Amino acid sequence: MSDEGQRLPVTTDQDVVRVRQAVRTFSVAVKLSLVDQTKLVTAASELARNTLVYGGGGEVVVTRVQNERRAGIKIVFADEGPGIVDLTLALTDGYTTGGGLGLGLSGARRLVDEFEIDTEPGKGTTITITKWCR
Amino acid sequence: MERVPVLKIGDILLVSIQIDMEDQVALQLQEDLADRIVATGCHGVIIDISALDIVDSFVGRTLATIASVSRVLDAETVVVGMRPAVAITLVELGLSLPGIRTALNVELGIELLARSRQDELTELDFDEDEPDAAAVSTS
Ligand SMILES: Nc1ncnc2c1ncn2[C@@H]1O[C@H](COP(=O)(O)OP(=O)(O)O)[C@@H](O)[C@H]1O
Ligand SMILES: [Mg+2]
Repeated sequence: MSDEGQRLPVTTDQDVVRVRQAVRTFSVAVKLSLVDQTKLVTAASELARNTLVYGGGGEVVVTRVQNERRAGIKIVFADEGPGIVDLTLALTDGYTTGGGLGLGLSGARRLVDEFEIDTEPGKGTTITITKWCR
Repeated sequence: MERVPVLKIGDILLVSIQIDMEDQVALQLQEDLADRIVATGCHGVIIDISALDIVDSFVGRTLATIASVSRVLDAETVVVGMRPAVAITLVELGLSLPGIRTALNVELGIELLARSRQDELTELDFDEDEPDAAAVSTS
């Protein structure tokens, strides 16, 4: 079961700030611990920036989710950019094609409970992350 | 675009980041600080991040760059006020901020700067007073 999500465009720097703020609001609403809120907002910031910078812009959907035992937040980052050719490489700490620190993908994966990438060269990239309340 | 103000207090430049910065705002701050260090001749920079509820790899990199640039311009940077949850998250993200000096609050940051400036000056004196000793040890 899941509620209706919030859909946010990601086409400017300011949109990345809005994604952070929306994820923060959802995190507070489902009562994630302060450290988990901080981890989820940080992961969302990294992935939304990638959607903007590498994906050429796209969309983020934040949804409150619920399983039998607990509540959580699911966030989907989708773009129709170039896709990621070598996923293993992209997920390696320190690997960057854009002069960054190369910690966005690998770091975000460590900060959340579930992390899924669906990417196809020439078609785009969709990343789904979930964080559950403890 | 918003801009983060840089205040001069004595020999120190104080930056207190009070907004959720867009990437461009962070880059602008980096430039503004370099300009102000040169314009004022200040030897210390304090960046207060106590109002920031996250530091991601972009802001982390900006802080590291500010520290490196100021060092080249003969100024020491101290980042103060990092929240515990931010510190935990940064480490898990994989960002240990090497080369960045930190202190718990502005007051301790000012003390740290004063002490390290003092040490630097003492070292300079020592080098000038004993040129022979230095020559012997390197030969
Ligand atoms: N949405 C995306 N579309 C295409 N390539 C991407 C995307 N996200 C990440 N990448 C690729 O993965 C690399 C690593 O990303 P990341 O870990 O965030 O590091 P950084 O952003 O510092 O480069 C990027 O440099 C880029 O080549
Ligand atoms: Mg990135």
